[in-house]
Amino acid sequence: MVPLWMFLLVAAAMFVIGAYGVMARRNAIAILLSVELMLNAVNINLVAFWRYVTPENMSGQAFAAFVFVIAAAEAAIGLAIVIAIYRSRRSVVVEDVNLLRG
Amino acid sequence: MEQCINVIETLAPCLVASGTDPGLAQFISILLGVLLVTIFPLGGVIIFIWIERKIAARVQDRVGPNRVGPYGLFQNVADALKLITKEDITPAAADRLIYNFAPIVATLSVIMIWAVIPFSPVHIGVDLSIGVLYFVAIGSIGTLAFMMAGWASNNKYALLGAFRVVAQLVSYEIPMVLALLVPVLIAGTLSMQEMVQAQLGMWFVVMMPLSALIFYISNLAETGRAPFDLLEAESELVAGYNIEYSGMKFGLFMASEFIHAFTANALFVVIFMGGWAGPGVEQFPALGFVYFLGKTMLIYIPSLILRATVPRVRIDQMMNFNWKFLVPLSIINVLVMAFLFKVAQVLSLTPPPGLETDFIANLPLTAVLLAGNIVMIIGVLTVLRNTGRRERLEAEARRADDVRAPAPTMGR
Amino acid sequence: MIELGPQSVAFLFFSVFALGGALGVVTSRNLMHGALYLILSLFGVAGFFVLLSAPFLAAVQVLVYIGAIAILFIFAVMLTRGMTRLTETLNRQWWLSAVVSLMLLAVLLVGVILPVWGEGGTNPNMPSTDLVATTVDLGVALVDGDQYVLPFLVSSLLLTAAMIGAIVVARDDTE
Repeated sequence: MVPLWMFLLVAAAMFVIGAYGVMARRNAIAILLSVELMLNAVNINLVAFWRYVTPENMSGQAFAAFVFVIAAAEAAIGLAIVIAIYRSRRSVVVEDVNLLRG
Repeated sequence: MEQCINVIETLAPCLVASGTDPGLAQFISILLGVLLVTIFPLGGVIIFIWIERKIAARVQDRVGPNRVGPYGLFQNVADALKLITKEDITPAAADRLIYNFAPIVATLSVIMIWAVIPFSPVHIGVDLSIGVLYFVAIGSIGTLAFMMAGWASNNKYALLGAFRVVAQLVSYEIPMVLALLVPVLIAGTLSMQEMVQAQLGMWFVVMMPLSALIFYISNLAETGRAPFDLLEAESELVAGYNIEYSGMKFGLFMASEFIHAFTANALFVVIFMGGWAGPGVEQFPALGFVYFLGKTMLIYIPSLILRATVPRVRIDQMMNFNWKFLVPLSIINVLVMAFLFKVAQVLSLTPPPGLETDFIANLPLTAVLLAGNIVMIIGVLTVLRNTGRRERLEAEARRADDVRAPAPTMGR
Repeated sequence: MIELGPQSVAFLFFSVFALGGALGVVTSRNLMHGALYLILSLFGVAGFFVLLSAPFLAAVQVLVYIGAIAILFIFAVMLTRGMTRLTETLNRQWWLSAVVSLMLLAVLLVGVILPVWGEGGTNPNMPSTDLVATTVDLGVALVDGDQYVLPFLVSSLLLTAAMIGAIVVARDDTE
């Protein structure tokens, strides 16, 4: 079997790539895409630990299922907000959304 | 000699006995199994399209293709050759990679479903423990292909067509999954082979006709068949996402649609009508294949007749039908069925553990569930009738008002 | 080190998908391509779930992430037009973000992962016992009174609130 640390390495790499995307991109939708990458990395971690440490207890998979739910809800609302901002400002660059009114 | 467990494992022991390395023998036999399972729908599509064209022709009081080959059987071979030899055009500003990839993804998402369909008690591609969820997930990839096609064509009509297609496909997944919850609940498993084995006593279409109907209607909408064929509406929106596709790519889209229609009916048969179950299947497993094909044809041909006779539904009517009728109905269906199943279990009406395949032992459970279904259908029909009557009275009252006091701008 | 079997080959295959897709997401100029790279990455993650004996999660990943969330992203990209030819994809502090991210990866790898679960670490061979729980156990865990029925019901409330909230926020009030 593939050793556990390789799964953790891939998950860490994906998390770090997502973090870079969140911090460095200007477009709001690109930032949301990177957040999805980070959530997926967390899921890989959870399921890998579940499989290798306590495969008889379903806590790891249940936790991963709840992460799915949260990611779906967050993507839906994030994109709704992006669309609403686009409608009023015609731009989705996050640096342009810097006024509290208007 | 090893047992013949599925398509894969019959060949490997023979190869090993003839001296090849066991890992390589396993790999070759898996490859052959994959080829067999893939070639069945791809080869069968020729017959499916022929049946479809003949039936549509007869309904429309004409003959259909009858020149190429006996009774026009080779018409589709000729059509395929024509499509292959056409010029391969890509629009100038289109996204080349996505444009070329979209028909492949569409066909992929349909053929991958055939990996979990059981043809007989011993023949299935792979008996996944999550078979039902697998084919729902793979079917949702097809939505992606249409979105890619509409976007990559760089054509606003293609994009509009793709929007409507994706809205329809995503919306009708919900009643399909909710209607699938009920047979999964009663059979107690997600695996396709075990679902067929749970129906050896009584077909699910008798126990839960409402779920079967909802699943069938959602399948019609998911595959883009009439009356939901806004996906390929040739007379409106200039063929939707298909505009910029010609030649073999268009051929792949068309082939994937016909295969999907047959696959959806095959899934209906496996989940609700007992798949390969029939008299004498235990002795001759090959008979299961015959029963499966016969039952699928029994369901496929009415869908073709439906396609040729029913007019097309508008996109807003389709969305209203889904969200205001099918989704609440399927939720109520799941709740009522789960409640009745629990009641039947508490009253020990379910067949005892040894007698699950016995017809008589399944009758009490069938009676309870069927009674619940009939009550629900009567309720739905009553609600529909009252709503229809109310709307008709309103429309008549409005027309009476118009007759008495015509609008002032008329006749100017 | 690790034997080169079908599992290792599959792991390599899926990790190329996952990491290649991730890199494509953060470096794409065309947001549509970025969304498609995300789908590639999600397929890789689904493959990982299959390798880790979690077939239910793999199917749910394909169904929910690729069949719904990715399509939502593609719709959002199409509704906010002009996003396919981005002139500047990165903001002013991108080099700092890159440095911080690489440092984070180094800390995670050298400080946490390898010392504990690596080859010479304190806990190298995790007991991957043969007693792997199945999908039935997941179903029981989600409705069992002693286990996760409360988060299950709360997450259904969360999804309802999210659905209503998304519809209200994105609705066009000018009609």
